[in-house]
Amino acid sequence: MSEEIIKNIIVKENEDYIINMGPQHPSTHGVLRLEVCLQGETVKYIVPHVGYIHRGIEKMCEANTYPQIIHLTDRMDYLSAHMNNEAVCLCVENAMQVEVPERVKYVRTILAELNRLASHQLWWSAFGMDLGALTTFFYGLRDRELILDIFEESFGSRLLHSFNTPGGLMHDIHPNFQKRTKDFIAYFREKLPEYDQLLTGNIIFQQRTKGIGLLSREKAIAYGVTGPSGRGSGFSCDLRKHAPYSAYDKVQFNEIVYTEGDTFARYNVRMDEMRESLNIIEQLIDNIPSDGHTAKMKPIIKLPAGEFFQRVETARGELAVYIVSDGNKTPYRIKFRSPNFSNLFVMNELAAGGKIADLIAISGSLDLVIPDIDR
Amino acid sequence: MLNYLKEIFGAISSLWAGMRITGKYFISPGQIVTQKYPENRKTLKMQDRFKGEIIMPHDENNQHRCTGCGICEMNCPNGSIEVLTNRVPNAEGKMERVIDKHVYHLSMCTFCGLCVKTCPSGALAFGQKFEHAVFDRQKLTKILNQPGSTLKKEAKQ
Repeated sequence: MSEEIIKNIIVKENEDYIINMGPQHPSTHGVLRLEVCLQGETVKYIVPHVGYIHRGIEKMCEANTYPQIIHLTDRMDYLSAHMNNEAVCLCVENAMQVEVPERVKYVRTILAELNRLASHQLWWSAFGMDLGALTTFFYGLRDRELILDIFEESFGSRLLHSFNTPGGLMHDIHPNFQKRTKDFIAYFREKLPEYDQLLTGNIIFQQRTKGIGLLSREKAIAYGVTGPSGRGSGFSCDLRKHAPYSAYDKVQFNEIVYTEGDTFARYNVRMDEMRESLNIIEQLIDNIPSDGHTAKMKPIIKLPAGEFFQRVETARGELAVYIVSDGNKTPYRIKFRSPNFSNLFVMNELAAGGKIADLIAISGSLDLVIPDIDR
Repeated sequence: MLNYLKEIFGAISSLWAGMRITGKYFISPGQIVTQKYPENRKTLKMQDRFKGEIIMPHDENNQHRCTGCGICEMNCPNGSIEVLTNRVPNAEGKMERVIDKHVYHLSMCTFCGLCVKTCPSGALAFGQKFEHAVFDRQKLTKILNQPGSTLKKEAKQ
């Protein structure tokens, strides 16, 4: 070996090691590629590369009528499909100045909270599994299955509901809906302490999450980190409280805010949100008004020319819909502000300087759904 | 030293709390939540509203309700429905629209339910079948109206 090659090898050894995490790494929950620069086990920086499942949903929406758009929004953030549907529906209803029946508002709120519960349960299961606690996956999915059964009975599908339509709901809720939801609440109140015993109190879990991935309030606001991830850093951004839509102004609930800003705080926000969701459903489930499941709409929905905006709180943060209409039955332009996109790009701030094992905990605690980022 | 011991015992008790839950379910699983799917196919009952596939219900006289208006085709967001119609003279000699084939591409369907909801004559419905795996993609293109079927004439009120 010549001297020059040996010299090159020595120089290479001192260089940073760049490794691609993904695009199919299971712990990234989707097809995300993280370009991780490592120095030994320490992460120097992360560059997220997105777009592996870009389907052009915004462009597809321009060719579809407003009722047809609904089923595309399911496919963005599939774990909060109901809230995505609701965002477009509320935007269209506001633009047309349609007053939907009270029943629709109540049912939408209940379904949104059930969907949030299902989403957080899946997150809890997967988060535990990311950190090496395989048990949580079975316990979380066991309880989530009951919510999906409620969904299946009323909408016919478990994950991608397409249950909302501009002006109301596709069809009325199933007669068993109230009873089954009440049964579920009673069941889940019993099972939620198990979650704490299994994972929250676990010493290994606590040491892997406490003080890891610190996100300050200023950084959270600067990056637009919303939802439970933002609320873990003391950024009060719950739209259900600050800009109530549907029936959220009729219920009493607390906004969960933790100020620590670490992975454990983000975990705690979601755990407490599950309890709050149960409270919200309990307040509404017994007094659903019975004034029809849809408002009177024209057969072909045309929005007046102009710009319309609506934002809702999904299970991951603030989803905003911005519609530019030129008076036709299809939108001229539609833009979705997805919460996951902002939440992903803060990851460099959180993980840089930490260990690579902490990167898994951080990406799990941000609760990313990649199709929502790529759209 | 005391803190050190305290930490160790705290850690052990936290692990014990988790193990107690798993142990409890190991000894007394209670209700079995998993379904033995391929074995229970005979007794498996899907929900009434389950969106398995789109079907066109026919009655005992091999009659359906589809008038061939094409509203389902117009409302379908991804072109999974094609309605092919013929014009044939009816009993009074007038030309009338009759469906030839109601083609349904299951491979493109996203089960949004707009066709079933918007059909003015209630000719479409959701079927309960969900085992759609086939070896050839062509088999996923289905013709919903049965051969020889005719339009069901409703008695006028």
